[in-house]
Amino acid sequence: MAVTGTNQSPPALSATAHDGDDSLPVVLIHRFPTFTGSLFPSLPTHFRLLDLLTTDASNLQSASAILCVGPPPPVTPEFLDRFPSLKIVVCSSVGVDHVDLPECRQRGIVVTNAGSAFAEDVADYAVALLIDVLRRVSAADRYVRAGSWPVKGDYPLGSKVSGKRVGILGLGRIGSAIATRLAAFGCQIRYSSRKEKPSLPFPFYKTALDLAANSDVLIACCALTDETFHVINGEVMTVLGKQGVIINVGRGSLVDEKELVEFLLRGDLGGAGLDVFEDEPHVPKELFALDNVVLSPHSAVVTPESIGTLQDVVIGNLKAFFAGQPLISPVID
Amino acid sequence: MESIGVLLMCPMYSYLEQELQSRFNLFKLWQQPPSKIPEFLKSNQRTIKAVVSNARVGADAQLIDSLPNLEIVASFSVGFDKIDLKRCEEKGIRVTNTPDVLTDDVADLGIALILAVLRKICPCDGFVRSGKWKDGDFGLSTKQFSSKPVGIVGLGRIGSAIAKRAQAFGCSISYHSRTQKPLKHYKYYDNIVDLAKNCSILVVACSLTDETRHIVNREVIDALGPRGILINVGRGAHVDEPELVSALLEGRLAGAGLDVYEDEPEVPDPLLRLDNVLLLPHVGSDTVETCNSMADLVLANLEAHFNSRPLPTPVI
Repeated sequence: MAVTGTNQSPPALSATAHDGDDSLPVVLIHRFPTFTGSLFPSLPTHFRLLDLLTTDASNLQSASAILCVGPPPPVTPEFLDRFPSLKIVVCSSVGVDHVDLPECRQRGIVVTNAGSAFAEDVADYAVALLIDVLRRVSAADRYVRAGSWPVKGDYPLGSKVSGKRVGILGLGRIGSAIATRLAAFGCQIRYSSRKEKPSLPFPFYKTALDLAANSDVLIACCALTDETFHVINGEVMTVLGKQGVIINVGRGSLVDEKELVEFLLRGDLGGAGLDVFEDEPHVPKELFALDNVVLSPHSAVVTPESIGTLQDVVIGNLKAFFAGQPLISPVID
Repeated sequence: MESIGVLLMCPMYSYLEQELQSRFNLFKLWQQPPSKIPEFLKSNQRTIKAVVSNARVGADAQLIDSLPNLEIVASFSVGFDKIDLKRCEEKGIRVTNTPDVLTDDVADLGIALILAVLRKICPCDGFVRSGKWKDGDFGLSTKQFSSKPVGIVGLGRIGSAIAKRAQAFGCSISYHSRTQKPLKHYKYYDNIVDLAKNCSILVVACSLTDETRHIVNREVIDALGPRGILINVGRGAHVDEPELVSALLEGRLAGAGLDVYEDEPEVPDPLLRLDNVLLLPHVGSDTVETCNSMADLVLANLEAHFNSRPLPTPVI
């Protein structure tokens, strides 16, 4: 979605960029026009924020820093062309698949992400989704609220979490936090990652297919890249098996969503817990009737604590940049 | 053994029922109309030597007294609060339960309840299923679990298993128990009010006795406070349910995750409309894997008893 000028002015950000203190370093705010949420409240104390969608074009020439807010807006070569002095793109997400990283590298523009601001909350959420799918937590809650317990009797049995073989796709900060948590449940952790991590006690598998062949559950929490696009495909789902469960807290496109829906409808997969989808906020309607599926509106990061830590990381990266000091969470390609 | 009469108190698990049917002379109590039960028990009292009960339907004094040849009550549960232990002891009747095999399942569910309440998993799921996501974000702020202080009432097998899991989320653990345990890095409180004051997530995981009935009362709920959440994987009677309901309705408690209730399967009506509570129909150990293990344990206890061997998991 290109950020182009329109005839009407886009709705303003709620805690908006203001042409405030001239002495503060300038940071351009990049967002989808539909995102009008409030910005990090402490930002204006440190920086002069200019909303790209409303500010004067003359401000773009000299600006060295851009901050992406809200649902990650694309950073394409055409976009970068508008900012000849740009040196840093600060993202408020962990995923940077919306940024053309090779292009940034070529232009000497450094990119930072949310670092470990979300790791714990996303890990907690992944574990929550997994237990929910296996133990039918949300479905059983619906059962009670519908008044079915006194009428229909006991809810059907679920599947035990402890002891399951859990395959984690991507053992970064989030994947490691998930591993720590599920290990305490007696789950058998194994993983696949770009590089093996010999210091960790978990079996490593080179491919998602091998991982699936040795797991009861797959948890997708790796970055979305050309290599990982649809890494969980029909073949992986077949090998995972009819009792297999897929949890996705990464990016929707890590999973071939169309295949996933068909596998679930046919009963060729045991269940799924999804916080992300290929075309948010659109979710395949066929999933709504399934009790072995738990759906979530990309909420894994939304806790006050995460948002607070995220603000610290964003401000920390920007301050370090302007002071010529090492960045907190640069994305190393 | 086909001549040994076993009375099954209610439908429990098909595998267990089938096995009991094939090994013993099985009587199914629920197939009798309630008014005919005394007559039914009288006509079969010579044959019935064992009762299989569970968390919902136990063996009270009246039942025990009407079965003069009763030798053993084997419960398909770890809790035995619905069995009149005193009467059994007086009559030399053995009682067995199913500890250990269900510890993991109940602990897993305890953590599930915490996460689901704090992170609003079910309202989120409902939000997506209703199609509302297309019109705007979920909006409601959810609360972090990692690193929060967790207080556990009862540090037995299940309480310890919950503590171990919560620790992996970076939570600090404190507990209240009949006796202080020497080994753990957990802070002990000799009374539940102090425990509630010093945690933000209070988990009930103890057994139900006369002492622990309504152990979570108004005072404890007030101590837990408007930012606290209550999780119950014990028995409904551990909590003063009307007090809990009013605390939730009045915002004096931030939320609750309940797997048990005072009068199952009845759930207090006002709770059904709250989105800061999670309501489960007593599914603590309800997995295929665990029910199989529990059933095998019930059968092992019965077989051992009728073959004069030591019981695997006796209560008395």
